[in-house]
Amino acid sequence: MNMEKLAASYRLEYDVKAKDYVRGGEVSSALRAVLKQLSLPPELVRRCCVACYEAEMNVIIHSLGGRLQIDIYPDRLVMVAEDSGPGIEDLDKAMEEGYSTAPEEAREMGFGAGMGLPNIKANTDRLVITTNPEGTRLIMEVLFVGKDS
Amino acid sequence: MKLYEVKEILDAEVLSGEDKLDQEVFGACGADLMSDVLAWKGDKGVLLTGLTNPQVVRTAEVVGDVKCIVFVRGKRPSTETMELAKEAGIVLMRCKYPMFVACGLLFSRGLVPDEYGEISRIL
Repeated sequence: MNMEKLAASYRLEYDVKAKDYVRGGEVSSALRAVLKQLSLPPELVRRCCVACYEAEMNVIIHSLGGRLQIDIYPDRLVMVAEDSGPGIEDLDKAMEEGYSTAPEEAREMGFGAGMGLPNIKANTDRLVITTNPEGTRLIMEVLFVGKDS
Repeated sequence: MKLYEVKEILDAEVLSGEDKLDQEVFGACGADLMSDVLAWKGDKGVLLTGLTNPQVVRTAEVVGDVKCIVFVRGKRPSTETMELAKEAGIVLMRCKYPMFVACGLLFSRGLVPDEYGEISRIL
């Protein structure tokens, strides 16, 4: 598979279970494998996978479960991470580097550093977050052309 | 710096990937926080960490072409971590030194990322 053959889009969909720390990172590993086949520049692959990994871990650590839907277009990657609650209580604080509400079990595994959303923002070209007590949705976009090419 | 030099400098035990020690690395990251690792551009680098769970390997895979993970303080990773690293082709080592000393040894022997070239002059 290469970008020329990718006429329209290619979709990856994964269910992500709450507290399933052991499987955390599987979605981004799968995404990495697909993006590598597309011969994208390594820096773009890195940015997509870092954003995906942080979003995946956020669903595992903070939500009651959710899913990731990734659409790869010829010129961009669009990821939607959707979960079913309890939502982000203070979004402004959550965007601050170092602010974390992660439980001890996540911290023991090296997560919950308070860098999740800031890392996602730093690695995407567009980030839209909607959150309420019923759930959170992140729309993340990485452009394959533009500032890094 | 070649990986066999990393092994010598840290007096490390190679846990897997003994046949891959001829690879060159150009930088390193010492962290126990996976998000700090994710903020690092790990191309052809070494990750030093005190964590031993499989997420360390997954994180290393995501940040780029990490060649080697060194577990500090003599920690031994789980079987699952070892298996994931083998699949990913990442060399695993463990050394007895604590994080600060392990990082200091590698830095002072010249494993300095390009962007910190200025700092290396004081050594």
